[in-house]
Amino acid sequence: MIYVLDFLLLIFLVVAAVISLRLKDLLGASMVLGVYSFLICLLWAAMGAVDVAFTEAAVGAGVSTVILIATVYQTRRISKD
Amino acid sequence: MDLLEYILGKSNYWASIVLMMIGLHAMISKNNLIKKLIGMSVFQTAIILFYVSSSAKRGAKIPIIHPHGDHADKADHAAEAGHHAADAVHHAIDATAYENPLPHVLMLTAIVVGVATLGLALAMVQKVYAAYGSIEEDEVLAAIAEATANGASISMPSPSDSPAQGDVSPS
Amino acid sequence: MKAFASILVVVLGAVLLHASKDFPLLGDAMSPANNHPVARHYIEETVNDTHVRNLVTAVLADYRGYDTMFETVVVFVAGIGILAVIGVPTARIRQNENLGSTRQFGVDSDLIILQTCRLIVPVLQLFALYVIAHGHHSPGGGFQGGVLFGASYILLALSGGLREALRRLSESLSFRLAAFGIVLYAGVGLLSMALGGNFLDYAVLDRLLPGDVAMARSHSMLIVEAGVGFTVTTILFVIYANLATRGNLEDGL
Repeated sequence: MIYVLDFLLLIFLVVAAVISLRLKDLLGASMVLGVYSFLICLLWAAMGAVDVAFTEAAVGAGVSTVILIATVYQTRRISKD
Repeated sequence: MDLLEYILGKSNYWASIVLMMIGLHAMISKNNLIKKLIGMSVFQTAIILFYVSSSAKRGAKIPIIHPHGDHADKADHAAEAGHHAADAVHHAIDATAYENPLPHVLMLTAIVVGVATLGLALAMVQKVYAAYGSIEEDEVLAAIAEATANGASISMPSPSDSPAQGDVSPS
Repeated sequence: MKAFASILVVVLGAVLLHASKDFPLLGDAMSPANNHPVARHYIEETVNDTHVRNLVTAVLADYRGYDTMFETVVVFVAGIGILAVIGVPTARIRQNENLGSTRQFGVDSDLIILQTCRLIVPVLQLFALYVIAHGHHSPGGGFQGGVLFGASYILLALSGGLREALRRLSESLSFRLAAFGIVLYAGVGLLSMALGGNFLDYAVLDRLLPGDVAMARSHSMLIVEAGVGFTVTTILFVIYANLATRGNLEDGL
């Protein structure tokens, strides 16, 4: 467990979460949520939780992002807040 | 460096709490329904981060037992390594050398349930959009208030409304 | 509302941060969570009891198998729920209902994307089967493999049009396979009850499966993981298909 890597990933994680929630373009927000999922998957892999990281990479960064983008496509792309 | 060690040791928990609060704030205060769901997703992964952090051990191996047990490097076992290799796995496994597998198992379930919940919530968002034309919470509430003020009932479109609209029958 | 949310978040965050003073430092091997007898039992005894080296898979499918069965049921119920919300004929959202101008859904797929994905999809499916089967010895298992397999169908839908994917895995077949996955899981449990043990007690299946008691547990774990894989694959594809087309499965994303 490399603590410095851990710490950097945590900072990026918080930044990605805040950006994802502040973007007005929902397509961009879904993509940044995908980035957030990937970063947290890296963090778990660095902590030794390989099964959890595998599942998060497949589910969070894969399927979850796709269904979110599919819904944004069917509703509105620009949000008002 | 006690302070540095303290910060590095607790930063996972602090980040998890900060992410939980970001997610909670988004779920309550954002108007857009999709933003609320993104907040829910952030909240769920923050909780999972908290649990997985509690199972980490410094210098521990991942929770997959090494095929030759923990005695592969002991010199005095080399002589018996021939026919004892098969039994090596049955030697006592040092519990502090492997990560704690229990939170990982619980969090696997949590991730999968989270995506199932997200899928269902997104279906409901599409339904709300189709019924009221907007996914902003205040506009939807205004449309509902207007609909009830006009006396119209809030019902989903039924098949008898518009026949032959390109709707295929289920095959 | 925003003010209330901000105050609530700040207060709650402050309380939790204050409570984090008492948490053990990260990486502490003697923390209460890591030192618990149950966790130590799992690490020390799993390989003797079940011959499965991946502790997470062993705990998921054997020691906590009841939990996993209901998690699979939750995934299945989510699939049924999506069907009920936007999938059945009375719930289907029509094209021009409150949506303004109709969109043009094109199914003409790009040649490069189509041919590249056609090369990727079979490899992805093979890898997904490998992940399910090799989950006993490497990171993997039923969920991970199932999600990969479902994602391969989603890739097919994204590259070649939803019709292509539905030709290979229609919605009715999906739900039958999903139900079959749960029946397989619960069936193993009922079979062990019929043979005299507890529900999902794999040790009594030793009579039917080759090898000793520990290998019987390992084999039954593979069977239930296959059941989980069936359900997760098909339901994820159904979720995508319904969400991408507003329930009518007519034209794809």
